[in-house]
Amino acid sequence: MNNVTMGEVIRDAIHMEMQRDSDIFVAGEDVHFGGMYAEYLGFFEEFPNRIFPTPISETGILGLGLGSAAMKLRPLLCMGKLDFMMVAFDEVINQAAKFRYMFGGKVEMPMVIQANYGMTLNGQAAQHSQSLEAFFCHLPGIKVVAPSTHADAKGLMISAIRDNNPILFLQPLRLMRAKGDAPDGEYIVPIGKANVRKEGTDLTIVSWGPVCCEAVSAAETLEKEGINAEVVDLRTLSPIDFDTVLESVAKTSRLLIAHEAVQQCGLGAEIAALVAEEGMDYLDAPIKRLGGAFCPIPFSPVLETEYFISADKIAKAAREML
Amino acid sequence: MKMNNDVLPGMYEMMFRIRTFEMKARELFLAGQLPGFLHLYAGQEAIATGVCTHLRDDDQIVSTHRGHGHLIAKGGRTDKMMAELYAKNTGYCHGKGGSMHIADPDIGILGATGIVGAGMPIGLGAAFAMKYRGQDNVTVVFFGDGGSNRGTVHEAMNMSALYNLPLIFVCENNGVGFSTVQKLHQKIEDISVRAAGYGFEGFTADGNDALEVYEVTGRAIEKARNGGGPTLLEFKTWRILGHTLGDKELYRTAEEKAEWAKKDPIPRLSKHMLENGIANQAEVDRIEQKIIKEIDDAVQFAIESPVPDASELMVGVYAD
Repeated sequence: MNNVTMGEVIRDAIHMEMQRDSDIFVAGEDVHFGGMYAEYLGFFEEFPNRIFPTPISETGILGLGLGSAAMKLRPLLCMGKLDFMMVAFDEVINQAAKFRYMFGGKVEMPMVIQANYGMTLNGQAAQHSQSLEAFFCHLPGIKVVAPSTHADAKGLMISAIRDNNPILFLQPLRLMRAKGDAPDGEYIVPIGKANVRKEGTDLTIVSWGPVCCEAVSAAETLEKEGINAEVVDLRTLSPIDFDTVLESVAKTSRLLIAHEAVQQCGLGAEIAALVAEEGMDYLDAPIKRLGGAFCPIPFSPVLETEYFISADKIAKAAREML
Repeated sequence: MKMNNDVLPGMYEMMFRIRTFEMKARELFLAGQLPGFLHLYAGQEAIATGVCTHLRDDDQIVSTHRGHGHLIAKGGRTDKMMAELYAKNTGYCHGKGGSMHIADPDIGILGATGIVGAGMPIGLGAAFAMKYRGQDNVTVVFFGDGGSNRGTVHEAMNMSALYNLPLIFVCENNGVGFSTVQKLHQKIEDISVRAAGYGFEGFTADGNDALEVYEVTGRAIEKARNGGGPTLLEFKTWRILGHTLGDKELYRTAEEKAEWAKKDPIPRLSKHMLENGIANQAEVDRIEQKIIKEIDDAVQFAIESPVPDASELMVGVYAD
């Protein structure tokens, strides 16, 4: 599929899976109108009795997912923005992530939670722009995926639906209407496998989501200056494909981690710690992280720009490492 | 629903089983045999039994931190439960869950959860699945007066009414949430009034009368099976022991305890059976002896079972 939005690509994946397996259903606010980014466009008519608009009740929506997944259905839960999910933290942390282990393996939770995250750079402000993945990467029992390309969005959605674990599928808000290409048909990207989006030799930039696109753009700029940066797109945030990260650092000897989420206690800290523990011999320079400032995301465009992890900022940080 | 006396001896046996199990657990815990802590169900047996006697294996219950009674009444095996309390490998959860997290979906125990009020959204999901599949099963979710104030209840009640789900909300109002008596945590007295706010019916009944619980529940379950949607059942009861063992129960008076002791559901049911010729004393004694032996055997089984190997720590976090 060429020149389609990320929302449409995700729609294609869900559509294929819903045709294949009648245990898959969608529940969430406003899903009957097709979802905010056309992820379910036409489904209300095509799959009658499988698309459920809900009240504004995130706890109830996630509970719907919990109970039905425990009963071997395969819910797709639409959470709107990741920020909105916070009210239902208990359902994710204490219930979904724990059931399989606590109950001695007797109950599985094959559910996908779709949540849009990240800044759109048009003033959505503090409660509608956050990247909160670190909270969920800190949680044994769920998996977290965050595609940055159209192809990965399709492939990871299919994998997420087929996985028998609770999966938080993070949809990058500012890319959901961007146009791109994805393979037709059944295209699967495995969960837990990072991707080298751009090969290089001088330093490794580890990133994910929309900031990974900024990193690729930064790498292209740097290339013109004779600096060859390798960009590793994690794609899955939990479990981290640490082997790919370490392999890259072994090759380049320098590591820059760039993410939009607040830098303090962000996922970059985990990656930095892992590389410091196991890749110390490979490093020729201290590891550098470039993450969100320790403040709520501001409304003012000037301040938003100041907050934003842009290709320019990534390129600048990279230059300072060489 | 006409009371079928044939079920009564079975109900008596079940209630006596729950009480014996709980009092034995108490004894073992106070003797330092069990890790963790226990929230014992003693005193509320008529509710679990009166409700679960109606349920099939593939009807589901969602239980609470005070859930041994529900689990046993739904068909949970006392030996595997005891082994779980002992944190042994042969327990329901291989020692990984403990008292508050026992599950066996094969006999319709979707799980017990230690977060007060968390069961409601889960029960909502289970009932949703039953309707999605066009089954005539029901889901029962238990909670207390303490749990009734959580937002989870509000959302689950609204959504179950909206989707017309076969979900029975069973509120065991024992008058207290840990140490906070009802009038310190809610303005209303009868929790059943809240159902009207969501568009379905609520009933209040005597939770220490096994027959009343059985009859009231039977009507709600039949309604749900026939597509009539959710019902809220509030059963007034009393937990004989503290919130956990070690709770000094300073929030209770001796008079209250004495009053409620007179309404103990177990002697009440045996008295009813004897007075109405449904069972004789010899039969009652036989039931009790059988149960006492069953619980002693369960303890023996637990004691003799192995603990999990340390290598089990990381097993079961994720599905394959």
